[in-house]
Amino acid sequence: MIATTTPARPRGRLVQAVVRFREAGIILFIVVLSALVSLRSPAFLTAANFNNILLNIAILVIVALAQMMVIITRGIDLSVGSMIGLTAMMVSFTVVALPGLPFPLAVVLGMTLGAALGGFNGLLVARGGVPPIIATLGTLSIYRGLIFLYSGGTWINAYEMPPGFRDIAKGTPLGVPNLILCALIVAGAVYYFLSYTRTGRDIYAVGSNPDAARLAGIAKERIIFRVFLISGLLCGLAGVLWASRFEAAQTNTAMGFELQTVAAPVVGGVNIFGGSGSVLSVILGAFLLGMINNALTLIGISPFWQLAVQGLLILLAVLTDSVIARRLQGFAGRRSR
Amino acid sequence: MMSDRAAVIRVEHLSKSFGGVQALQDVQLAIFAGEVHALLGENGAGKSTLIKILTGVHQPDSGTLVLDGRPIRLGSTSEAQAHGIAAIYQEPSLFPDLDIAENILVGRQPTRAGAVDWKQMYGEARGLLARLGLTLDPRTKARELSVAQQQLVEIARALAINAKVLIMDEPTSSLTLREVADLFALVRQLRAAGTAVVFISHRLEELFALADRVTTLRDGAYVGTRAMANVTSEELIRMMVGRSLGELFPKQAVPTGDVVLEVDGLGVAGSFADVSFQLHCGEILGMAGLIGAGRTNVARALFGTEPATSGTIRLDGRTVTIRNPDSALALGIGYVPEDRKEHGLVLEMSIGSNITLPVLGKFARWGWLNSRREHQTAEAAAQRLEVKMTTVDQQAGQLSGGNQQKVVLAKWLEAAPRVLILDEPTRGIDVGTKAAVHRLMGTLAAQGMAILMISSELPEVLGMSDHILVMREGRITGRFSRAAATQEGIMAAATGA
Repeated sequence: MIATTTPARPRGRLVQAVVRFREAGIILFIVVLSALVSLRSPAFLTAANFNNILLNIAILVIVALAQMMVIITRGIDLSVGSMIGLTAMMVSFTVVALPGLPFPLAVVLGMTLGAALGGFNGLLVARGGVPPIIATLGTLSIYRGLIFLYSGGTWINAYEMPPGFRDIAKGTPLGVPNLILCALIVAGAVYYFLSYTRTGRDIYAVGSNPDAARLAGIAKERIIFRVFLISGLLCGLAGVLWASRFEAAQTNTAMGFELQTVAAPVVGGVNIFGGSGSVLSVILGAFLLGMINNALTLIGISPFWQLAVQGLLILLAVLTDSVIARRLQGFAGRRSR
Repeated sequence: MMSDRAAVIRVEHLSKSFGGVQALQDVQLAIFAGEVHALLGENGAGKSTLIKILTGVHQPDSGTLVLDGRPIRLGSTSEAQAHGIAAIYQEPSLFPDLDIAENILVGRQPTRAGAVDWKQMYGEARGLLARLGLTLDPRTKARELSVAQQQLVEIARALAINAKVLIMDEPTSSLTLREVADLFALVRQLRAAGTAVVFISHRLEELFALADRVTTLRDGAYVGTRAMANVTSEELIRMMVGRSLGELFPKQAVPTGDVVLEVDGLGVAGSFADVSFQLHCGEILGMAGLIGAGRTNVARALFGTEPATSGTIRLDGRTVTIRNPDSALALGIGYVPEDRKEHGLVLEMSIGSNITLPVLGKFARWGWLNSRREHQTAEAAAQRLEVKMTTVDQQAGQLSGGNQQKVVLAKWLEAAPRVLILDEPTRGIDVGTKAAVHRLMGTLAAQGMAILMISSELPEVLGMSDHILVMREGRITGRFSRAAATQEGIMAAATGA
């Protein structure tokens, strides 16, 4: 009955599926860019280089997934870099002071610390009513300041680290570096959480229409607290991995990293205004960022140019994506309102 | 008789006030299973507050809610839903980024072993959509649906919680006739299945077509409940508006002068058509009608924010084109919009800066402002209007609604336009300030300003206007002189009864 009074169904199921597949644009961009780069540099399309890119983006994927969850609820977490730096520092000091500490415990310690830091962000936003961008801008400085206070301005070098600490990130007990394995496990867990738990679904609901979420009986504050808590938790994990991978903890560890964690989801097609976003988008976005970095070095573009070219390519990727999305929608028929 | 039946939900001695404003006073309501119960009242009569109490959004100050013979308390919307009370609000409450199935089952997605069971969810959603005779794919995102389809999804949501009571707040206001017919068929189906439906609409003909009984509210108080079959539209209108006018509206007798503004066959494609009237020097022309009748669109056309697509506008006998607010201002047309927070005031700026905003040029020389003179002018204007403030440097946003409205008026007083359009000039302000605003309007008219006043409050229209136009569905459906106008006559023209 009523369904017949509204616009006819889009033309083809295939076209419709492509339109709904928001990641199509970014994949296309990755393919085209890979082809262009491999023309200039044969070293680009090799398994070793691919492995290299994955190693470089593993930590970014973990933190960008956390960032995406905050973004879905219409928030942002600018303190991720400081949380990583602070947990990296505290865990490094701990393992140096207690060389007998089993490494899994170090990971648990890092995640607990991170959860506490993220929980504080969550309280500020959910309980205190501070806008996320302001709250986390504040804690960005506070947590970075705590790194200096805690370390007294010193840092931990590779030779001080207990032997084997580096294997937390670089070990390959299952044939794949732990770092990549970690990122994959986190991606799987976040996917399951967002798709198959009530809390995960509520995250989308709160971001998509906060007023309607309230009317549907969803406790918005609780959801927002939880995404910041999770963000802290994953930053804690990232902090341990960072310290292990670079075998160092410095006062400026992960400084400025928050920008990349926002860029990866946005480049991947996550709506910066909240309500939508997928794990695949974040992985693709992070991969594209890593690939651009890698390619610019391989092609031999001067480091002076790299940042600017990197920014240009990011904008180009986002533009391509939005143009393709619009074109496909036009092709798929009139959008009903 | 009907009153012998047991009510599904009964409301007794319900009162609610918001910050000193009494929204509901000793209201009663009883709704039976398998009836469509209309809730009727003017804007601001308390209908919205009542349904928000029934759905747990607000909690009453006093009074009782009885569901199936047992008194209940509704602390939140989820508690109301648990009791089987669902509502479809005027504002859509869907999640645009989620699909239909999830919108229907939000907050109670089926789970298996703790995980959301998508297969089961799509199955349930498909079943509910089928019950409504819909063939929509439950995987469609809500943002891709038409307004009518969105409403049906909300009805499906009510079905999903086995709603005993379904409240529909003006569900037809944005539907086409065809969609309204489909919706009514569906409501009748729900009624036959035993659902109690509370239906709010301003369109009386819809109520006669659909409702079994009607309860009327006026100024937050219960007026009466009637069976729809033995009530006339005249009687309903009298129940809605029947109050004495009092001396609240002191329109001074001003001899009206020449025609200032003449509008002939004005229209904006898709919103209103064929609007013609004359506005004289010193006249207050009232424009009555229901919300959405197109009155604001006429004002926007005259001010150039939504330029007319047909018809002519003559100012002092000269034909003019108004393409944007700049040209309207240059011609001497001022506009005070309905939503002063959104369009009328810059809340973050000081009172003084707001007042002098449209006339800044007066205080500027070679691009530099003479801020002392600006300050003095603002001060004088604010004092003339008795704006309750500490200084004109105070932020406009800190003032109460009534005083904000005074600042908006002061702003136009300084600009001294020939024609001033006021859209709902006293909505949401208290009685005392209201009288001050009305006095000011009288003064402006006495100075020769021509005023077009849009108002949904009949007593205000009747008390202030020299002439009255009534609009309905984008057309003028009634013209009255001050002497000939009655509330019943205006209401009949506004509702098409």
